[in-house]
Amino acid sequence: MNVAVRKTAAAAPDVAALKAQAARLRGKIIDMSHAAQAAHLASSLSCADVLVAAYWHVLNVDPKKPADPLRDRFILSKGHAAAALYATLAMKGYFPLEELETYCKDGGRLAEHPPANLLPGVEAATGSLGHGLPLGCGMALSGRIKGESFRVFALLSDGENNEGSVWESAMFAAAQKLENVCVIVDYNKWQATARSNETLMLAPLRDKWAAFGWDAHEIDGHDVGALAEAMQRVPNGSGKPVALIAHTVKGRGVSFMEDDNNWHYRAPTAEEVVKAHKELGLS
Amino acid sequence: MRNAFADELTKLGNEDPRVVMLSGDIGNRLFDKFKDKHPSRFFNCGVAEANMMGVAAGMAMNGLRPVAYTITPFVTTRCLEQIRTDVCYHEAPVTIVAVGAGMAYAGLGPTHHACEDISFLRSIPNMVVICPADAHEVRGALRAAMKQDRPVYIRMGKKGEPVVHPGPVTDFAIGKAITIAQGEDVCLLSTGNMLPEAIEAAHLLKEKGISAEVVSFHTVKPLDEACLRDAFGRFKLVATVEEHSLIGGFGAAVSEWLADTDTARGKFIRFGTPDAFFKKSGEQEYAREMLGLSAHQIADKIAHALH
Repeated sequence: MNVAVRKTAAAAPDVAALKAQAARLRGKIIDMSHAAQAAHLASSLSCADVLVAAYWHVLNVDPKKPADPLRDRFILSKGHAAAALYATLAMKGYFPLEELETYCKDGGRLAEHPPANLLPGVEAATGSLGHGLPLGCGMALSGRIKGESFRVFALLSDGENNEGSVWESAMFAAAQKLENVCVIVDYNKWQATARSNETLMLAPLRDKWAAFGWDAHEIDGHDVGALAEAMQRVPNGSGKPVALIAHTVKGRGVSFMEDDNNWHYRAPTAEEVVKAHKELGLS
Repeated sequence: MRNAFADELTKLGNEDPRVVMLSGDIGNRLFDKFKDKHPSRFFNCGVAEANMMGVAAGMAMNGLRPVAYTITPFVTTRCLEQIRTDVCYHEAPVTIVAVGAGMAYAGLGPTHHACEDISFLRSIPNMVVICPADAHEVRGALRAAMKQDRPVYIRMGKKGEPVVHPGPVTDFAIGKAITIAQGEDVCLLSTGNMLPEAIEAAHLLKEKGISAEVVSFHTVKPLDEACLRDAFGRFKLVATVEEHSLIGGFGAAVSEWLADTDTARGKFIRFGTPDAFFKKSGEQEYAREMLGLSAHQIADKIAHALH
């Protein structure tokens, strides 16, 4: 195999700074949900720490060069958490923060599920589930063919693991030994209308990914330091793609949203926004 | 057509380091030469077409020119959403090559029949749809597809079909139909593997004193509008011929064009498969006879329409 193993960043993650960033990100997502009265707030909050670990510690990306062929790819396969991605990209400087005000507005670039080729930093149009990993595998293989050693991170929802294409792709990535591919499953135990494991049985999810040939680990999906270190270890020398089963809480960060699936579709009122900001230590 | 595809692909692979071959676990030994020369650019993606199409899109989004290949229903309808969203939405230059157009694999049974794919694929923005008529057109289509910076669908027959063109179609161009035989009374616009039937129908019509022009209308999207304008302007009868459903196929595309175009014209008839599944056992020749797509049936219907 001709994939150059990249050097991992020596610096340990600054956990306090990452935590503060995660709180700011959550605040921004809540503002956007309120302004647009858009759904999927809880799904966006559950993966906020993954996005912060990725964009503020792990990814080799430059917001000024969003098309750099050597950049790491981050694919938000759970496209319904678009608000979290948009806020992340804006806070990283891919586009002006003010543009977040156009989220879900007529004529804007920030649709409820992310379009591609419009916004810098959005690697793929997602929303329909089960697409991000196959795309990511193709990107990783193209990197191998072209001698580019970038990594590919794909963030999947737990409900997304219902899709057959995820498992097609899991077997493919293992057969091709795509060790620079990393899946993070936002395992918040809910899908749109029911408990994940009462819908289609995911458990034991880590064992499933391991059985499919992945170097699979369970991780606290709200421990930004642990997330940053685990993602930074990719590729980890196992010769296998890496799956991080990130245990999360849907609506994480706001007491009255946590693990309450009504917030899959609900958007907060102005009063709830104030309350949420307070809980996040933002106001 | 199949062997011409593998051979031309190997040549293209030698010429262009971006060419990557993805197979859905078919074509045993067919790609041995490509694999020998470019082992790092051949992938058997298994019986997992949704993943294969997504992988192809991901590769194309990073500058490669992947070719995704398997039997028609599996490389089209099985993974239609991946084609729509991963390939076409991203304008990813993936070349989708299907083997077994229409009733080419009639004998393999209903899962392998493919009379709806043109309809699905031509409705997707950014997609080009080409139905080559013989081995030479396959080579031309593949070469032309690789020069595109956009998705292309190539709908092949199988192997061993009659070769119509006397030699390589060096001027093959997407969206430019090829006149095979000139005539005066009726124009047969044929797409894909029906061309030999159309040619035979023209011979049968000649015996009846009817002069038929035969055109290989290989590109269904975009349509060769100049050819259509010419045909509908010159002939009192124009017929489309395809091994595909009358709903949404080539004939339907021409109907749409006629509805949208202010063209004075004579009669128009369409030959294609009906809105029904073919449920019998039998090979392609038998299927065509049952579906009214054999040369003599085409000739009879045209002779009748001209009277």
